[in-house]
This record gives sequence, C-alpha cells and structure tokens, in this order.
Amino acid sequence: MAAELMLPEMGLEPMGGGTAREIQFREALREAMSEEMRKDDRIFLMGEEVAQYNGAYKISQGMLDEFGPKRIIDSPISENGFAGLAVGAAMYGLRPIIEFMSWSFSLVAADQILNNVPKMLYMSGGQWGCPVVFRGNDGAGGQLGSTHSWCVEGLYSNVPGVKIAIPSNPYDAKGMLKTSIRDDDPVFFLESERMLGDKAHVPEREYTIPFGKAALRRQGDDCTVVSFGRPVNFCMDAADELKKEGINIDVLDMRTIRPLDIDSILDSVKKTGRIVVVDQCWPFASVASEVVTQVCERGFDYLDHQPLRVNTEDVPTPYAKNLEALYLPHKGKIMSAVKASLGRL
Amino acid sequence: MPRKSVYKAEIEHVQVMDENGVIDAAQSRNTLSDEEILELFKFMQQCRQLDEIAFKLQRSGRMGTYPQNKGQEAAAIGTAYAAKKGQDFLVPCYRENAALFMHGLPMHYVLLHWMGDERGNQIPEGVQQLPLCIPIGTQMLHATGIAWAFKMRKEPKVALTYFGDGATSEGDFHEAMNFASVYQVPLVFICQNNQWAISVPRESQMRSKTVAQKALAYDMPTYQVDGNDLLAVYKIAKECVDRARSGGGPSFIEAVTYRLADHTTADDARRYRDPKEVDMWLGRDPLIRLRKYLETKDLWDETKQKAHEEKCKAIVAEVVKTAEGIEKPSFDDIFDYTFAALNPELERQKKTARTSSLGQDPTQVGLAEQPQHV
Repeated sequence: MAAELMLPEMGLEPMGGGTAREIQFREALREAMSEEMRKDDRIFLMGEEVAQYNGAYKISQGMLDEFGPKRIIDSPISENGFAGLAVGAAMYGLRPIIEFMSWSFSLVAADQILNNVPKMLYMSGGQWGCPVVFRGNDGAGGQLGSTHSWCVEGLYSNVPGVKIAIPSNPYDAKGMLKTSIRDDDPVFFLESERMLGDKAHVPEREYTIPFGKAALRRQGDDCTVVSFGRPVNFCMDAADELKKEGINIDVLDMRTIRPLDIDSILDSVKKTGRIVVVDQCWPFASVASEVVTQVCERGFDYLDHQPLRVNTEDVPTPYAKNLEALYLPHKGKIMSAVKASLGRL
Repeated sequence: MPRKSVYKAEIEHVQVMDENGVIDAAQSRNTLSDEEILELFKFMQQCRQLDEIAFKLQRSGRMGTYPQNKGQEAAAIGTAYAAKKGQDFLVPCYRENAALFMHGLPMHYVLLHWMGDERGNQIPEGVQQLPLCIPIGTQMLHATGIAWAFKMRKEPKVALTYFGDGATSEGDFHEAMNFASVYQVPLVFICQNNQWAISVPRESQMRSKTVAQKALAYDMPTYQVDGNDLLAVYKIAKECVDRARSGGGPSFIEAVTYRLADHTTADDARRYRDPKEVDMWLGRDPLIRLRKYLETKDLWDETKQKAHEEKCKAIVAEVVKTAEGIEKPSFDDIFDYTFAALNPELERQKKTARTSSLGQDPTQVGLAEQPQHV
C-alpha cells in the first residue's frame, strides 16, 4: 500500500479553474457533520454545550438552527452518561456523533468507550456493532494545564476494536470525519484545539479519505519522519528548514493510527534507512513506541541507524506557556533528531 | 423568613399475593387471570429447571461460571409479561433469564453464553433484547440510549432494563436515571433488590432505607414491590410500561427479592450469610406461593406437578443437548468479529498468531502460519 502523494508542489488537489475556497478546520468539521446529517436522518450530535452555545469551540455553530433540538442535543455534564447512551442508540440503529468538549474528559467514560464500545461486535458474535463517532479536542498546546491536556491516543490505541483518526489539516479533517461517520465501526476522532482556526483549501465537491492510508507530505531520501495530527505541521516546518541545509526527508502523515499504514512507513524506511517518529503523547508505550517496534520487527535489515522518537517530555503537561512549548515536540527537536539519525549533529 | 417544605415524598410497598398464596382482593384489580397465573407458573418451573441444570453443568466442568437466578423468577417474569413480546426491548444484566426466554430467546443461548460461545449473544431476528451484560450497571445507559432512539424515531416501544441493588451504587445508574429523566424516554428501570451484592449486604451497600427512594431524586414515579409476588410485580410493571408507551417517561421499580443461591458458581455464600436468613427466604419462594394459590383454586395438584416436572426435565435435557451439540467456535472468529470488516493489521495477525505482535512478517522471521487447532 503506497502512501498518497500530497506534496506542496502538487497542491491539495487539482484546482482546474475552480475557486480555491479556504475554510477553517472547525468549519471543515461542521461541513462534514452537516452534509452527512442532511443525507442520513439516523445521525445526531450530542455533547456538552453543542446546541444552544454552538459548541465550546464553535464547531457546531448554526447546527441547532438547521437540524433542531432533536438532532443537536445538549447533554447533562455526564460523559459516561452520553457515551453509554450513544452505545444503546447505535446498537438500535442510530448513528451518534458524540462530542467530548475535551478528550481529557473522556477518561470518566472509559468503561463505556473502552470496555463496551470496542467489544460489542466481538462479544455478540458479529451482531451488535457500535457505529459511534466520538470526537473532540485532544492534546496540549492551549495552556490548559495537566488535567485538560490529554493526548489519549497513546492510551486508547492499545485497545482493539476502535479506529483512531487524527487529522493534521482542514482538508483531511473534513474527508476523514465523513469517513468516520459512514464507518460501521466505532471511531475516535481526535482534533487539536490549536488547529481549529487553521485555514486551508477545502473543496466544495464531495470527497472522503480512506482510513489506514498515510499521506506523504514531503519527499526526500535522507530520513523518514512519521507523525500524525498537529505535530505533522511541525515536521513540515522542520523539513523546509532542513532542506535549506541540504537534508531531504519523507514526512509521512499517518492520518489514522488504528489502522496504521505500516507498509507505507516500511516503504519509506527501505529508501532512507532512517526513521524519526514524532508523537505528541508521552514516550512510554506510545504510538511512537509501536511504530518503532514494528519497524524493527519487519524492517530491521533496512535500518542504518537506530530508530528515534520525538515525544513530549515524560512529565505532566506544564501550565506555564514557556514550559508547555518546550515540553511539546517542536521544529527544533525534530531537526535535531533527523540530524542525529544522519550522524550530522 | 419561615422555612417551608418544598418537597415531600412517600414510597409505597405493593403486595398482591402473600407467602401463603392468598390474594388481597383490594389489590387484585389489573393483575393476572387464573389462566395466566397457571401458564406463568408452569413457565417459571421450566426456567427453574434450566437454572438447576446450568449449575450442574458448571459443577461437572461442562460450562464456565454461572450465576443462578433461583428465587428471583417472579420479578423477571412479572415485568417481562407486562411488556409486549417482539416489540418492547429488554436490556438485562444476568439474573433475569426467565424474562429473556419469555420474550423469545431460545434457552440454549444462555448456556452458550456461559460456555463462552459468543454465538449465544447473537439475538435471533425479531427478538427484542440485548445480550447478557456482565459488567455492573453499564447496560442501564445502553437501555437509555435505546429508549432514546424509540423516542427519536417515534416508535411506540418501551425499554426495560434490569440490575441489582449493588448496581445502584454505580455512577452509570445515576447517569442513566438522570438522562432518562431529563430526556423523558420510555424506559422502566427494574432493580432486583436481592439483598446481596456478592458478600456485601444491602445495608452496607447503601444507607437508604429503600432502593426505590433513589428515583425520587430524578423525579420518576417509583415503587417498591414484593419481588417474589408475580401479581404485584406484573401490576406495577404494567402501569409503568403503559405510562412509558403513552409518553409519560421513565419509572423505577424496586422488586424486593432474595438470591437463594450463591452469587455465582465461583462463590460460597455459606461463608457470609446466616442460614436462618436463607431459610426464611426459601419459604418466600415465588413458586411455593403460586402453587398454593393454584391448589386452592383446584387448578393444580401433586399429579400435575409430577407430570410437569418430568416435562420440564425433558425440555431442559433437549436444551442442553442443543447447546452442547453446537460445534466449538472457530479461531478465525476472534479476528473476524473485531471489526465490521477484517483490516490488514488483523489479517496479518490472523496469519501470524504465534506471536503477540501485530507486525511480525512471517516471511522475514521464518515463522510458519499458525495452525488452526493446537
């Protein structure tokens, strides 16, 4: 399975005379939900503040006006409650979209989203699927402090039975959310509050983005850099900077980590012999650890340098702005790791 | 300013037929006819027989853990009979098998479930219920979601969910009650208060004098019934189901009953329960009072009892034969049922199941494909 080529010189798609419409990440999410809801009346959106208040992050702005209170539903502050309600509604044939104001709050719903949602289909011998999309803000960067800055992908990706999507830009956000809503399996859709205002070209035509297929954002023979979600943008910044120094890297945006497009990673490593994984979770038993393990298991002979990881520091997320910035993966750390893998530090 | 009362409440205990099978005439309106009582009594015996045999299957190593339902059948049957089979939806925990059978679940499915075969959870077409739910309390939220879906789709259905007294200490219980109340969904909460959560007695589980009063906080109609009294359970359940169907929202029923057996086959309740307490409750067994009643009405006698026992044994023997005759699950199933469609990660895992790794490439590490049977 080859990664989808999405290099800057190609543009996000051939614009062929049409207008290059640019919208925000949050608008892309809203369009994905609204377009699907117009086509399928089984879909509803439930969460804290999603209706009257238009969403804590204004993602669902205007949706109550369009779809009414039966499909855009403010819930009591009870994450385990509405997660469990969604399980029942999905098992009875509806298609819930559940907004966690923050994935940090999903921890109180762990029994429903980890112990029920991913196991229903298995435990019922393939009968009772649970097609719920759980979505919301994931990750640090907004000075929200230790308890509100969770990156849940490290923790949740350990559990079989869910799909985990982490878009890095508005175009992917729309296409991947549509895929999530149409999927017959449960999907955890992780958005970064820091990216909601990001603008990019999002076509008005209908499109979806398949799960388990990475996008190649930069191309180069010197090193493979793998990332997902917001840090992909830091990797691209690092790639542009490194290019000036004559270092050319592959930047693979995984888009989904469950399923993981390990074949595209291996294809790239065969070419470069080097890999740096950039992951905004803590390092211990992280998605980065998993990628490195699989590369070692399946591509050990191709490596010319030990795999390297750029994670957050292994401490609770700091609140202070300067400390938080240093704690997260950033361009400088990524550049250093790439140079280290090339022996050019 | 003088203080004033802003809320007052009262919990009623409802009993129609006492331990001796005597019906309180004042309470007997809107209950069951003698023909219905006779049929349900016979059905209750069949369920009891299955329960006893299931216990023996576990003891003889033919089944995994099993939680006996013995003594609680009136609460299950009375509520299920008040709901419409094939229309209303049952969301169980694991001590109301009789309700599930009444609504069309073939008896061998429960045996399959406890034998560890997920096919026992594949509910047959047209049967409106979820599989048994072993985690405590999680199913109440699923029931709320299902009832919410009825409301959203404007379907004239009611959901009934079952749980024990211990489950009312869980957050899931309170969240489900709150959602059901706020959204006014057609749902009946049925607490089988069997006095014991494994070894923890009800009075150590909660300070509340009744379980029923917990529903007051959610402004729900709430009742305490004699859970071993089929007529009382039916009467109140019918009222709750009818109200829910006509848009009156959720209700709560505390059915006071008793777990006559151990928590499960992995438990020995003799270590923590006073045998006098058990003896007292043995006398309150729902089967005993129903039989007494039917005998006074000349609808039952020892000859009929013997004949029916033989019939139940034959039915249950057939059920066991069916369950044990089903071919063991295939190793492929564990991969095939994890997602709606097999993905490349799992396809690879299926081929390389010798290691715990997702990534092993058998051609690189020289592993043969995993044999299907070890």
